[in-house]
Amino acid sequence: MSQGLRSALPVILFLLAGFAAPLIAVTWFSFMPARTFAFAGTPTLANYATILESTSYISFLWSLGLAALTVFLLAIITYPVAYGLVRVFGRWSTLVTLLFTIPLFVSENVRLYGWVLFLIKNGLLLGSLKSIFGVEPESILFTLPAIILGMVYVYLPFMLFPMTLGISMVPQDTRDAAADLGASRLQVFREVELPLSMPGILIGCLLTFVLAVGAIAEAKVLGGQQIIPIIHDIEIAFTYAQNWPLGAALSVLLMLVVGALVLLVLRRFDLDVVLGRR
Amino acid sequence: MQDRATRLRHSIVSAWTAAVIVFVYLPTICIILASLTSSRYFQFPISRWGLDWWTKTLNSIEVRQLLSISITIALCVTVVAVVLAFFGALAFARYDWKGRSLFQKLILLPIFFPQSVLGLALLLWFNTLGLQLSWKTAVFAHLVWIVPVVTLVISIQVYSFDPALEEAAFDLGASRWQVLKEVTLPVLFPGIFSGALFAFLLSWGNFPLSLYTTGADTTVPEYLYAKMVAGYTPGVPVLGTISTAGAILLLLGGYAVIVALRRARGASQGGQDA
Repeated sequence: MSQGLRSALPVILFLLAGFAAPLIAVTWFSFMPARTFAFAGTPTLANYATILESTSYISFLWSLGLAALTVFLLAIITYPVAYGLVRVFGRWSTLVTLLFTIPLFVSENVRLYGWVLFLIKNGLLLGSLKSIFGVEPESILFTLPAIILGMVYVYLPFMLFPMTLGISMVPQDTRDAAADLGASRLQVFREVELPLSMPGILIGCLLTFVLAVGAIAEAKVLGGQQIIPIIHDIEIAFTYAQNWPLGAALSVLLMLVVGALVLLVLRRFDLDVVLGRR
Repeated sequence: MQDRATRLRHSIVSAWTAAVIVFVYLPTICIILASLTSSRYFQFPISRWGLDWWTKTLNSIEVRQLLSISITIALCVTVVAVVLAFFGALAFARYDWKGRSLFQKLILLPIFFPQSVLGLALLLWFNTLGLQLSWKTAVFAHLVWIVPVVTLVISIQVYSFDPALEEAAFDLGASRWQVLKEVTLPVLFPGIFSGALFAFLLSWGNFPLSLYTTGADTTVPEYLYAKMVAGYTPGVPVLGTISTAGAILLLLGGYAVIVALRRARGASQGGQDA
């Protein structure tokens, strides 16, 4: 056995037991008769048929649509910040990075709750407007924009850090060379900077999309259940409805979408290059 | 001209970043403010400031139990994750072996996976195995996600590790264990330390995995969520502030340790040069 395989073995065995096995279990369960809790039943496609007849596709579309919108907004919001971290802030970069890292370690529902306090009637925003200007506009809490705000907020670091990694992969020399050869600012950006930082940007988009498809707290805490994301349907099937096979079937469909996307994008990358082996 | 344009671009980037930082910390500020009122409901501007809810929360036995469960889980996760991820990172970044590029991609899959689905899948799996859900199953669940993250964190340090150091030690007659203890571990220590910090903090703040795998035990994020859904109580901002402050202190402390280490190492190298 090679040295590499030997040191990889503990992790491989752990992930077989903790990641691969549960996913296989879920897949198998999705073929069990509805409302059973054992593996012994005769396999059936009934759960998938139920899903096709139900309105779950609406939840699927909401989750995918919101995740795509989140990715798009975050790409625009974080690009200048990532650019600044690599090229502008110099020795302040470490501090700024630290500031963006801290929220990662605070449970997302705590931070979303902070937004509730900010947006709610008589909260920080509306309370201040009322006492300073005497105006009292409607709160956006429990509406679609609040959900989008929450998602952009929660997933920001997952876009920012890969993107920073991507931009730092563009050598300063290459940019200088392009400029010396007479390229305009815009040309340098379009022909050099953007293509060379693409691996990082794509990984950021992928990570953000995958995590955002699994979002549920935003809709629950900030959205007042105005929108039912797919995870909500899955959770209901597993908990209140006590229909594990149905929940498993929904999970399998979601896993297929996510898995296909991840494999498609990751196949294209050499991770040694992205993570900085010199 | 070029210079002025560059300067303008830099100020725009800085202003934008500052705005994004304000955006990121706005909810935290709201939570802290709300924890400092003594009225039953949060109203801004705050009319009655006070620490009443802090004393009430800190004296509650329930809250102490929550904190101790969360810390126990996070400590167990940290120890196991660092050991597994250390060897994982060597396989990821140090050794050239046949399955490496496949290994690198497979280990990313748990990160690129919706956590709530992972939590439910683990619930189903534990149930199949007939395991009683408790904080111990939650440790296992956290590890599925945290081991890959920590492997990546340590790998970044391993990439900058010069294998010649190990070979030199072997040539000088050191045993495998000696090389690990005297060369590899000390050189990789900053990466291992950051990995441990990540493991602890990610477990401390995790909600989606805990939700389905803790059984009767409750972690701080779970408790906060249950209270939030049930309606407003000022205990939520207090506990939220505690959990945020804990994360910030630990992170800043950890950062200080890394800086100090780097200084010490730089100083000893400087000494050798002179």
